[in-house]
Amino acid sequence: MSKNLNQTEDPNCVAPNSSQTKDKGLALLKYVLIGTVFGIVFVKAEIISWFRIQEMFRLQSFHMFGVIGSAIVTGIIAIQLIKRLNIKSIHGEEIIIPTKEFKKGQVIGGFIFGLGWAITGACPGPLFAQIGSGYTVILVTLVAALAGTWVYGKFEKYFPN
Amino acid sequence: MHQFIGWISQPWPWYVAGPMIGLTVPALLIVGNKAFGISSSLRHICAACIPAGIPFFTYNWKKEIWNLLFVLGTAIGGFIAINFLANPDTIVISEATQADLTALGITNFSDLMPSEIFNWDNVFHGKGLVFFVIGGFLVGFGTRYAGGCTSGHAIMGISSLQWPSLVATIFFMLGGFFMTHVLLAPLMKLVGF
Repeated sequence: MSKNLNQTEDPNCVAPNSSQTKDKGLALLKYVLIGTVFGIVFVKAEIISWFRIQEMFRLQSFHMFGVIGSAIVTGIIAIQLIKRLNIKSIHGEEIIIPTKEFKKGQVIGGFIFGLGWAITGACPGPLFAQIGSGYTVILVTLVAALAGTWVYGKFEKYFPN
Repeated sequence: MHQFIGWISQPWPWYVAGPMIGLTVPALLIVGNKAFGISSSLRHICAACIPAGIPFFTYNWKKEIWNLLFVLGTAIGGFIAINFLANPDTIVISEATQADLTALGITNFSDLMPSEIFNWDNVFHGKGLVFFVIGGFLVGFGTRYAGGCTSGHAIMGISSLQWPSLVATIFFMLGGFFMTHVLLAPLMKLVGF
């Protein structure tokens, strides 16, 4: 299959745009809509709650494990169906699943992200949903996260990978 | 309609929320051949606003504008959920967690976020330094170094059966356990909880 065909210009980009068709104007609204549904789920299932993340890391509630686990199972089934039935995108393109190369960053960076996840109670998705939900002080956290991303990019070559 | 709103205003169980999040993966693939991942949006914002000639931020971010629209949608979703579909009752947090957090100095368990931590008065205080500045920095730095977050690795990566993403997810969890069980209590004490 097309698993190794990563057509993005940049191998570091983890959420690459593999589309050959350029979305313009109103066609871009569909991403806002999917994001909106996603944001509603985050709030309604209390995934944006600092308390729920604490429960997860203290192994005192099944909720977050159930959310992440069933999301993965659903994703696995969906991707298998796309591959086996050779489902195309709405533009008729072959669907491309980018390959994740192993790097030391997944160990070191992953651990660092985990430290931050337990402090802020949020991975990047919930940060945006928290801000939208009226927890405006999370804008400070978002700026700090942008600073962290920028510092990584600036000094990338000094970090083992 | 009224009944429907009442019904979806209850907190959603994991077996509804998880599959809906999982369906984001095929939804993005099918509507536009896009791989699900959220931390990339932070990189695109850096590339758009402060690239500073750094190679890591010098790429055509406009091609990835869909990712920024997706996170804009996530914020809009948060706004809709809290204003129109809000849970009528207070959040129910496990008693064991409440007891643990009470020992750390958290007393208010009535909101999604502990109001003692997440308020503007804390910004120029040690509490803000730890929970917003340091915490946020670690999230932004760590996700980029790891090449993805919970969405890009745990969900998109494991869903497509890629072992590097499983490794990343294991280390996300290990970092979280280490912070929660080892570092959080002394850090909170240090900033006055």
